[in-house]
Amino acid sequence: MPQAIQTHELTRRFGSVTAVDALSLEVRAGEVFGLLGPNGAGKTTTIKMLITLLPPTSGSATVAGYDVATQQRLVRRSIGYVPQLLSSDGTLTARENLAVSARLHHIPGDARRDRINESLAFMGLADVGDHLVRTFSGGMIRRLEIAQAMLHRPEILFLDEPTVGLDPAARRAVWEHVRRLREAEGTTILLTTHYMDEAEALCQRVGIMHLGRLVALGTPASLGAEVGPGATLDDVFTHFTGSDLDEGGTYRDVARTRRTARRLG
Amino acid sequence: MTSLERAARPAAWAEPPAVLRFVLDAWTVAEAELQKLAHDPTELLTRAVQPVLWLLVFGEVLARARAIPTGRLDYIDFLAPGVLAQSALFSAIFFGIAVIWERDLGVLHKYLVSPASRLSLVTGKALAGGLRALVQAAVVYVVAALIGVHLQLGIPQILGVAVVLVLGAAGFATFSLVIACLVRTRERFMGIGQVLTMPLFFASSAVYPVALMPTWLQVLAKVNPLTYQVDALRSLMVSGGTATFPVPLDAGVLVLALAVLLLIAGRLYPRLAM
Ligand SMILES: Nc1ncnc2c1ncn2[C@@H]1O[C@H](COP(=O)(O)OP(=O)(O)O)[C@@H](O)[C@H]1O
Ligand SMILES: [Mg+2]
Repeated sequence: MPQAIQTHELTRRFGSVTAVDALSLEVRAGEVFGLLGPNGAGKTTTIKMLITLLPPTSGSATVAGYDVATQQRLVRRSIGYVPQLLSSDGTLTARENLAVSARLHHIPGDARRDRINESLAFMGLADVGDHLVRTFSGGMIRRLEIAQAMLHRPEILFLDEPTVGLDPAARRAVWEHVRRLREAEGTTILLTTHYMDEAEALCQRVGIMHLGRLVALGTPASLGAEVGPGATLDDVFTHFTGSDLDEGGTYRDVARTRRTARRLG
Repeated sequence: MTSLERAARPAAWAEPPAVLRFVLDAWTVAEAELQKLAHDPTELLTRAVQPVLWLLVFGEVLARARAIPTGRLDYIDFLAPGVLAQSALFSAIFFGIAVIWERDLGVLHKYLVSPASRLSLVTGKALAGGLRALVQAAVVYVVAALIGVHLQLGIPQILGVAVVLVLGAAGFATFSLVIACLVRTRERFMGIGQVLTMPLFFASSAVYPVALMPTWLQVLAKVNPLTYQVDALRSLMVSGGTATFPVPLDAGVLVLALAVLLLIAGRLYPRLAM
C-alpha cells in the first residue's frame, strides 16, 4: 500500500516551545486519517509543515511522494488545504473564489467552468454561486472552502478543524460532504479535530497528539480495545494523555479558536 | 512511491511554461483584487476625495499667494501632477493592511498553498495596487480640467501618465507589503504607515520644487522614487511642464525600485503565514 504522507522525526520549535516533537507518521493512500488533540497539541503546526507553509526545524516529510522541503511546488500541486481560519474571501462571490483557485492551478477555461459548476452543485451551493461569500452561513462557507480545495482534484486533502464553530446540523452536513467526496474521488484526507465524535464518524485511523508528541495511533476501535471494554475515544484520550480533552491550550490558542468560530458562525 | 497512484490520477491538463505561468498567476491575483473593488468601490471613491481637496483648497490658495516660484509654469499646473502622485502614494502606502487582514483571516494561506510562485503572487498584488491609482487619476483629470489646469490630452501623453502612475503606485504598494510582512500586526502597521508617508511626501517635488529645499532634504529627494514619478508626470501631464530628468530615466528608476521591492516582498510574503 503506497503512503500518501510520511514523516520522519518531524520537529518544529517556536523559540523555547516545541510545537511538534519528533513526529513519525504514515498516512496511507485513500484513508481518512484524524489527528486528534486539544488546543495547542501541535496539529496545525504539523499540517503547516506538510503543506509547505512552515519549514520544519528538523526531520523530514514527504507528501504524495514529494519532499516538503525540496519539492514544494510539486507538493502544492498535489494537495488541497482548508485552514482552521477562514480561507474564502468574503468580499468576492463563491464563483469568483473558486475561479481564483482553479486559475492558480491552471485548469483550462472550459474545464474550469464545468468544474466550478459541478462543485457548486456537489456542495449544495448552486443557487448562491453569484452571492458574496460574506452573506453565507458558517456551514456554507466551510462547504465552499472544501469545494475550493478540491477543484484541482488533489491526491491529498488537509482539513484543519473543519467543523469548529459550526452548529450540529452544519457539522453533520460537512461530514456528509467529506464522506461523499472521499467516495467520489478516493482522496486521501488528513483532518485535525478535537471532537471525538468527529473522529469516530469520519476517520479510519487516528493519531492522538499531546504537547507535540504522537502518544497513540490506531483505529478508533483498536485504541478503545487497548484501554478496556466499552471505552470511547474520550476515554482513550484521557488514558493516553492523562488529561481531559477540553483542557489544555494557551490563552493564545483559545483566543484564536474563538475568533475563528465567531467569524464562521 | 506513488507511481501507482500517479498513473491512476494523470494530470488532466498540461501546465503552461514557467514564464506564461508567472504572468497568468499574477493576473489572476490582480483580477481578484479588482473584482473586490468592483463589488465595493467605497474605499476607492473616498481616496479620490483627498486629491480634489488638495487641488481646490491648497492649490488655489497657494496659486493666489504666488508663494512658490515655479518658473514659467502656473503653480496650479505645477501642483496637479504632484497631487496625483501624492494621492496615489497615500492610497498605495496602506495597501499592506489588506494583506495583514488576509493573513488574519486565512485567505493568504490559500494563495500560498497554490502552486503559484511567491513572486507572481506579490506581483499580482502590486499590479492591483498600481491599477487602483488610475481611478484617482480620472478624478484628478476632471477636477484639474475644471479649474483650468493646462492638461496635455494627447493619447501618448495620457498613456505615459498611466504607465508612470501605475509603476509608481505599484512600487509603493509593494513597499507597503514589505512593511506589512515585517511588522505583521494591523496596529503596528497603522503607526508605521503614518510615519513613513510624510517623509516620502515632503522629501519629493510633489508640492514645491526640489531647488527650494534645504540641502539635506534635497539629498533625500534624490533617492526618493516619488521625486522621479512626479518629475515624469510633470513632463507628461501638463503643457509647458519642465522636468529635471528625461522621462525614460524617471521610468527606469521606478521600474528598478519596483523590481527590487518585488524581490524582497516575494521573499518575505510567505513568512506572514508561518
Ligand atoms: N507562529 C507561532 N509562533 C509561536 N508559537 C506558535 C506559533 N504557532 C503555534 N505556536 C505554538 O505551538 C503550539 C502548537 O500550536 P498549534 O499547532 O496551533 O496547536 P493545535 O493546532 O493543536 O491547537 C502552541 O503552544 C502554540 O502556542
Ligand atoms: Mg489548530
